[in-house]
Amino acid sequence: MRYLFLFFASLTIIMGCQSSLSPDVLPMLGTPETGPNGDSIPHTIPDFSFIDQDSNVVNNETFAGKAYVADFFFIACPTICPKTSKQMLRIHDRFKEEPRLELLGHTLAPKYDSVAALNRYAHNLGVSSDKWHFVTGDQAAIYKMAPEYMNIALNDEDAPGGINHSGYLILVDKNRHIRSFCNGTDPDDVDRFMDDIQKLLNEK
Amino acid sequence: MKNSLIFTVFAALLFLASCETYPYQQGKILYTNFCENCHMADGTGLVGVIPPLAGADFLTKNGEAVPCIIRNGIKGDLDVNGRIYSTEMAGIERLTEFEITNIINYIHTSWGNEIPIVEHLQVREWLKPCEKNTKPF
Repeated sequence: MRYLFLFFASLTIIMGCQSSLSPDVLPMLGTPETGPNGDSIPHTIPDFSFIDQDSNVVNNETFAGKAYVADFFFIACPTICPKTSKQMLRIHDRFKEEPRLELLGHTLAPKYDSVAALNRYAHNLGVSSDKWHFVTGDQAAIYKMAPEYMNIALNDEDAPGGINHSGYLILVDKNRHIRSFCNGTDPDDVDRFMDDIQKLLNEK
Repeated sequence: MKNSLIFTVFAALLFLASCETYPYQQGKILYTNFCENCHMADGTGLVGVIPPLAGADFLTKNGEAVPCIIRNGIKGDLDVNGRIYSTEMAGIERLTEFEITNIINYIHTSWGNEIPIVEHLQVREWLKPCEKNTKPF
């Protein structure tokens, strides 16, 4: 009986450590789509086109051959955004010299977060648009992209700041597939996420 | 008899548990609920966007302005440690002067800050002249 208990206890410990035993190749996340030949292809970020803090057009081509981290925020957001921005800044600083990774922040309040406002925000954070794009555009188009990145974004009068949204940071690979995500308000989860980014960059 | 003994033990335990050695427990809880999202759990704020509270010269230089900022928020430029911050802060009107006092004293005694504590009567005085959306200094 006692050995059985020990066996299960050690099994539990081993199972609990699975994340550290996970393979070096990250999974393809999201709901798979059906390809033209009926084959299953991993979820793919669709075409988009927005304008960043320096009035550059930012679209899928901007990230050709690169991975990027995407999130959704707005400047006047009184809830989770400052925390997620702080974590995005950690990622920015860690991969500052890594040309194969960029960051993409979508504003959920384009009515207020104009190019000029985003420019000021980026300037205050001390970041530039060749590494971290803050994009604005048509609100419906931005909201439509949120679920593609496994986030939600809804107008909601009852939510602080008027927008109900989630704070997940999403890692997209050079083939537009989602490879990892984390809770952008949890520094420990972001640590793990940054290790995932490194794993992705190590892929051939 | 036995019941009353158990009751006494639990009452004593409860009493001890509630007697935290840290005096600004309410301030800490209120800070977590109302301030932490922007000013962060470690009081560092967000570089260039949201001013820090840890090591902020503003707290000693403009201490009398802080209660009004907590109650009414602030719009416009704010100089903290030589850097200008212009992100608008929303006020928290529902806080009482006691709660504001406890938040300030939590800030004054956290993250390495060693700013003298303020009495609630002092905070009451500082709150008197502030009207909504005026710059109180």
